[in-house]
Amino acid sequence: MGFVRSIFQRRPKSSAIAKERLQLVLVHDRGFSPQLLETLKSEIIAVISKYVEIDAEHIDVKVTRTERQDRLVADIPVRRAGVR
Amino acid sequence: MARVITITSGKGGVGKTTATANLSTALAMLEQRVVAIDVDIGLRNLDIVMGLENRIVYDLVDVVEGRCRLRQAMIKDKRLPDLYLIPAAQTRDKTAVSPSDMVEVCRQLRVDFDFILVDSPAGIEQGFKNAVAGADEVLIVTTPEVAAVRDADRIIGLVEAEEKGQPQLIINRLSPQLVRRGEMLSMQDVQEILAIPILGIVPEDSHILTSTNRGIPIVLENRSPAGQAFLQIARRMLGEDVPLTIPEELSFWGRLTGWMGRRNETS
Repeated sequence: MGFVRSIFQRRPKSSAIAKERLQLVLVHDRGFSPQLLETLKSEIIAVISKYVEIDAEHIDVKVTRTERQDRLVADIPVRRAGVR
Repeated sequence: MARVITITSGKGGVGKTTATANLSTALAMLEQRVVAIDVDIGLRNLDIVMGLENRIVYDLVDVVEGRCRLRQAMIKDKRLPDLYLIPAAQTRDKTAVSPSDMVEVCRQLRVDFDFILVDSPAGIEQGFKNAVAGADEVLIVTTPEVAAVRDADRIIGLVEAEEKGQPQLIINRLSPQLVRRGEMLSMQDVQEILAIPILGIVPEDSHILTSTNRGIPIVLENRSPAGQAFLQIARRMLGEDVPLTIPEELSFWGRLTGWMGRRNETS
């Protein structure tokens, strides 16, 4: 059955796979490994938590790229500002 | 005063030497005074691609070490009056030349030429540093493959670190057919990932092999798609506004209708 399925199942085009693999490998090459991002994320949480209450579950830290400029973007949901 | 343009890539075998030979030849065909310098000391090949390997007496290392004058190491092209080659040494290694030697060689050549094209070795070590030392501009050659684009990204970072300005990209060996089938990275994919301006696209073309076999740069056989692409790139280097298209080989029917069209015009 697996054989029959493999004939009819549409495999993703190899150019799409190539592009995805490139983008992943370049994140590493450019110095932002997933480990580094995890470390950054936990330290950002620690610092910001000192001042405001944040939703640590839904923090999103990522690297975006525009015209050869890497940009570290942190999206941090705030539960309640410390000072009102 | 010449523009010094280095052609480099990071990964080997993507077409740096072919690009250097053809762009040098194309610029000379467009009546520019051109000298091509092979900086791949120990693995010289530009002489072969240009068909000048039998005329070498002195090389770049002889110049740098003072065994000959610069003029003596310049080999005049067989076909074009204002095209010269300075070959690399074959029996030495990259340490035989320093970046400041290259700056000095380029300085001396600038006065008498419009373009100095420097063929860089693969890699990111001393050979690359020598090749970019004297450059005003840098062209990066890549093919639409994962490994080549990855290495191009690394080299672009290094060129920017050398403060040579933003390099421009040549995508070599692109097959429009494979791109249409979704089995090859497209021009847009590569541009999106590397984010530098594209100077030209050279299609995959079996004529490259035959022209290299003969030692005649493909731009001299202008009907081939790759030859047309290199000529377009040379025109862009001269500031002409040439639309970014990928020349393709005409099918049998395309050639036939083109031929009949020309016949009707003349009759």
